[in-house]
Amino acid sequence: MLWLGVAYLGALAALLVTALWTQNDFTGQVERIWTLENFQTLLGVEVYRTITLRTIGVAAAVTVIDALLAFPVALFMAKAASPRLQRVMVIAVLTPLWASYLVKAYAWRVVFATGGPLDELGHLFGLGTPGYGLPATIVTLAYLWLPYMVLPLYAGLERVPDSLFEASADLGAGVGLTLRRVVAPMLFPSFVAGSIFTFSLSMGDYIAVKIVGGTTQMLGNVVYDNSGAANNLPFAAAVATVPIVLMLVYLTVVRRTGALEQL
Amino acid sequence: MTLAPEAPRPGAGTAGPAISLRGLTKRYGAVTAVESLDLDVAEGEFFSMLGPSGSGKTTVLRLVAGFEEATEGTVLLGGQDVTAAPPYAREVNTVFQDYAIFPHLDVQANVEYGLRVKKVPRAERRRRAAEALETVRLDGYASRKPHELSGGQRQRVALARALVNRPRVLLLDEPLGALDLQLRREMQVELKQIQRDVGITFVFVTHDQEEALTMSDRIAVFNQGRIEQLATPHELYERPASAFVAGFVGTSNLLEGDVARTLVGESGPFVVRPEKVRLGEPAEGLEPGWCAGEGTVLEVVYLGATTHTVVRLDAGVRMTVADHNDETVAAPSGDPANGAAHARRDQRVRLSWRRDHLVPLAGTAHEEESR
Repeated sequence: MLWLGVAYLGALAALLVTALWTQNDFTGQVERIWTLENFQTLLGVEVYRTITLRTIGVAAAVTVIDALLAFPVALFMAKAASPRLQRVMVIAVLTPLWASYLVKAYAWRVVFATGGPLDELGHLFGLGTPGYGLPATIVTLAYLWLPYMVLPLYAGLERVPDSLFEASADLGAGVGLTLRRVVAPMLFPSFVAGSIFTFSLSMGDYIAVKIVGGTTQMLGNVVYDNSGAANNLPFAAAVATVPIVLMLVYLTVVRRTGALEQL
Repeated sequence: MTLAPEAPRPGAGTAGPAISLRGLTKRYGAVTAVESLDLDVAEGEFFSMLGPSGSGKTTVLRLVAGFEEATEGTVLLGGQDVTAAPPYAREVNTVFQDYAIFPHLDVQANVEYGLRVKKVPRAERRRRAAEALETVRLDGYASRKPHELSGGQRQRVALARALVNRPRVLLLDEPLGALDLQLRREMQVELKQIQRDVGITFVFVTHDQEEALTMSDRIAVFNQGRIEQLATPHELYERPASAFVAGFVGTSNLLEGDVARTLVGESGPFVVRPEKVRLGEPAEGLEPGWCAGEGTVLEVVYLGATTHTVVRLDAGVRMTVADHNDETVAAPSGDPANGAAHARRDQRVRLSWRRDHLVPLAGTAHEEESR
């Protein structure tokens, strides 16, 4: 516990402290002068506001897409598949997590490339690839974090007894109504668990955007560029606090619903 | 789906059967769970399906509810063929063994679920839910969450949730199995009362013979996917049709072959109930119309209201005798199971019973163990 405190919270504290310092424009040295300048820039400059909103939008879109994709998969795994197929599917869902992040991101780069598979497919309907940009970023991130949504939903569905499905049907509800009135509310805590992963992972990402995002920038890129190329650590730290604050807000909201207690 | 299921309870058979099963068969791969079953359940009847686990009784219930698809045969509800209809299109409701209460909804919302799904207006929903909760004596619990209820209360919610829809038939899948004995006895009486009050046909699945005898108008005894006997509780107990029924419903003494020839003079098979057998001293005179045999007491089992004495007859059969403990006797020290009024272990005794208490069984056709 102590280690966790020192290593984790310590780093976080250092980050926040750094965010309150400033940088000498000429030497590039960090100057330990207390100031809110970094946060003023962050809130005041239009482009950072846009990037922040874009990042939230991407994270939200990824979460929604993952939930929509993961639900049928999880439902099939938990309620329709034989025990054997169930195991196979769990492994199939987990395997991509072992593959290198970069390989997967570059695979999507190939998919979205001009003359790539998506382009070819699109031509059949008179369309082309959307190219590198926001849509490609969302698709790639949704693919990357999908397992983190499938697994909690699957675990949640496993805990819904079959007799509840039967009871709902018995009382006159068709499949759609049962999913809406029984399964969805019961699965909400699992969805929240999954969304914490998909949302926060998407919000912090900067590599996938680099690879398939074209010129699109997300908060992660700003952090990366400022800590690397621009060598403005205090500002990078200030930007990095944004996702942290957003996640804290999200967790607080989620906690209100009581979903965390049921994880 | 056109008849109002609220009609007063008609005499058995007058309004046509509530459920008719014809040639109903269910196979799981090579295993036959239900074999070519024909069965009619009358409107307003309390009908029980009794049998050991794996005898097919629950499968029949699930076939009627629509949770399982029949391999062969038809299911008719109120004369309408529903064999292919999904559960939500059938005019039956089920009380599940594990109650299947929706954990995220309070009692009120659970009970209203079926009405809500059928888009019954809110005011009527309220009224009917309140009525149903009153029927199961849960008024005042409407806003409780399922996890705040005891097992017995959850069971009542499940019952109310089914009854509120006024189904043509209510299916109950071992609903009392999870309750303790005291509560189970209470619920048995209450279920019977509720059934009489609402006049809905109840089909009750159980493996507890006492439960079935207590509540039912008629009982079907299941064994290996078939009905061994279909009869009233009285008939079932007094005139079991097979050794299986005799053994499953109450305790019984089976006499067959050489044993029967020695004791009765015919080869049988016969059964005689323990309470119809009299325990006496050896070499008492034999009245006309009685059969008797001598033997040695193996065990004396004190059961409170009755004492069972297990005797090994010289003819080569074990028989159980049940005696009412209608005298207050202090148990002799050292052997609490043996009241002074009863026989002791290893004592020589004579058992006798009236010839007309012997129930002849219809051969041993149902006893095949070949499957």
